[in-house]
Amino acid sequence: MNAEQPASAISIKGLRKVFVTGVLRRKYVALDSLDLEVPKGIIFGYVGHNGAGKTTSIKMLMGLITPTAGKAEVLGRPIKHMEALARIGFLPEHPYFHDYLTGREFLDFYARLFDIPAAERARRIDRLIGEVRLERAVDAQLRTYSKGMLQRIGVAQALINDPQLVILDEPMSGLDPAGRRLIRNLIIRMRDEGRTVFFSSHILSDVEMICDRIGILVRGKLAYTGGVNELLEQHTERVEVRVEQLPESFAAEQDGLLVDAVQHGTQWLLKVNADRSQQLLLQRLTEAGAEVIAVNPVRPSLEELFMREMSGDSAAPPPQEGEASP
Amino acid sequence: MSRVWAITLNTFREAIRNRILYAFLFFSLLFIAAATLLSHLTIGEYGKVVKDLGLASITIFGVLIAIFVGIGLVNREIERKTIYTIASKPISRPAIILGKYLGLVLVLVLLLCLMGVAYVITLSVNTVPIDAGIFLALFMALLELMLITAFSVMYSTFAGPTVATFLSLSTFVIGHLTVDIQTMGAEAEDSTMQTLSAVAYWVLPNLEAFNVRTEVVYNAPIPLEFVAFSAGYGLLYSAIVVGIAAIIFHYRDF
Repeated sequence: MNAEQPASAISIKGLRKVFVTGVLRRKYVALDSLDLEVPKGIIFGYVGHNGAGKTTSIKMLMGLITPTAGKAEVLGRPIKHMEALARIGFLPEHPYFHDYLTGREFLDFYARLFDIPAAERARRIDRLIGEVRLERAVDAQLRTYSKGMLQRIGVAQALINDPQLVILDEPMSGLDPAGRRLIRNLIIRMRDEGRTVFFSSHILSDVEMICDRIGILVRGKLAYTGGVNELLEQHTERVEVRVEQLPESFAAEQDGLLVDAVQHGTQWLLKVNADRSQQLLLQRLTEAGAEVIAVNPVRPSLEELFMREMSGDSAAPPPQEGEASP
Repeated sequence: MSRVWAITLNTFREAIRNRILYAFLFFSLLFIAAATLLSHLTIGEYGKVVKDLGLASITIFGVLIAIFVGIGLVNREIERKTIYTIASKPISRPAIILGKYLGLVLVLVLLLCLMGVAYVITLSVNTVPIDAGIFLALFMALLELMLITAFSVMYSTFAGPTVATFLSLSTFVIGHLTVDIQTMGAEAEDSTMQTLSAVAYWVLPNLEAFNVRTEVVYNAPIPLEFVAFSAGYGLLYSAIVVGIAAIIFHYRDF
């Protein structure tokens, strides 16, 4: 192994992309000075609305488009470097594949692009076909595949070179819950095998479920990067307290301390803000002789937070659909 | 080189699984055979007419296939975004273009073999003697188609399918007129016209360099130097055009 292994799988500094469109040479800033570090061995979720610049940045990492400014390193090498590309697996947004190939021919084609010897190609194809559960369709042409099957063979294609870094652009879009679950499990397995997984998604519940770190992109700029749990804990605003044997008049006597109070049979569910009111409530409950059954911080979902982040940014012009990735 | 071969093989596979190719091939074979009927409508040396019409059909259909299949295969890769998964692999963009081009040349070789077989059968049926000139004409047709394909690939790297088809067809037509342009220019009195026509002659492809139909039909001798020059010219010109295609492809965004 190389002694000078870089700490980050992806390191982006000041990456910017301006598209010039139409006869009038109108400029559109798809990505504005992005700085991002993705440590090795984690699942990184890249989140943002349509046109936020997710696909643009992924295309630049994969050498499909040239940055207007800034630089990026992937696995310690500058972008477009053959040595880095040999160790990356990539699944683009929407599976556009050669539909005249059978599943096996398709994977064999990509394996040849990595110059993998014939015997090893056959071995890897058999293993991957099993992992994405396409054993029965392997000799059918891709034109007969469903959307979910295409996405799965696409993931198999991204793993054919046994990559250290896997970049997936919207791998769950358009899939049914079972399909999403399969992809989620595959992503988790990739990380457990020691790979770094970088994927973009609209489906925030999936991101929240499996990502170690996330980056939120809003209109071409990085609005947040860090751990998912840290982000959600920072935004924990309410605490739910479940109690029994609460005096009937207790809720009414708290003058503004409680955000909400609901009675379910013999139990009460009290909601307070996650600040000093929480301590005050617990103290008063003890004094009133109530039995506290549970205290649960109410974390917002990533989706709620994301929507809040978006609406907080409403002074900016709305995103221009379709212009981000010409 | 094995990566280039992967692209070549895949291009060839895509072409032979494309129904359009078979439609073109069907009509080309039909035309070659139809030369038999047409020749009976003419007076006298109908053997020569069969020979001439057959070769003409091979060139015309060969060019149409080279242009439509060539543009289809390069353009579709970009428009249907299958290029995303290929250009992001450890293979250079020029290698992708080279692989595509070689795959298309393989398709052309296969087509010319099939059309050649149909041609030879047609000639035999009409009791026209088969001579070496026929195979030389097929070889020259391959050189012309290779050059046209190089242009189609080059146009596809920056233009959409319609524009690329128009440019390719124009190149084919102009390519057969370059000799005339030079002749007319040389006869012009204006020195600017003379220079312009000379430049046009040297820059534009001269597709008449591959035309040996008259000689083959009339069994006239074809000098070896002419064949060697045409082969060298065709291969070098094709290599330059593919090189330009590779450079454009290298710098473009997907």
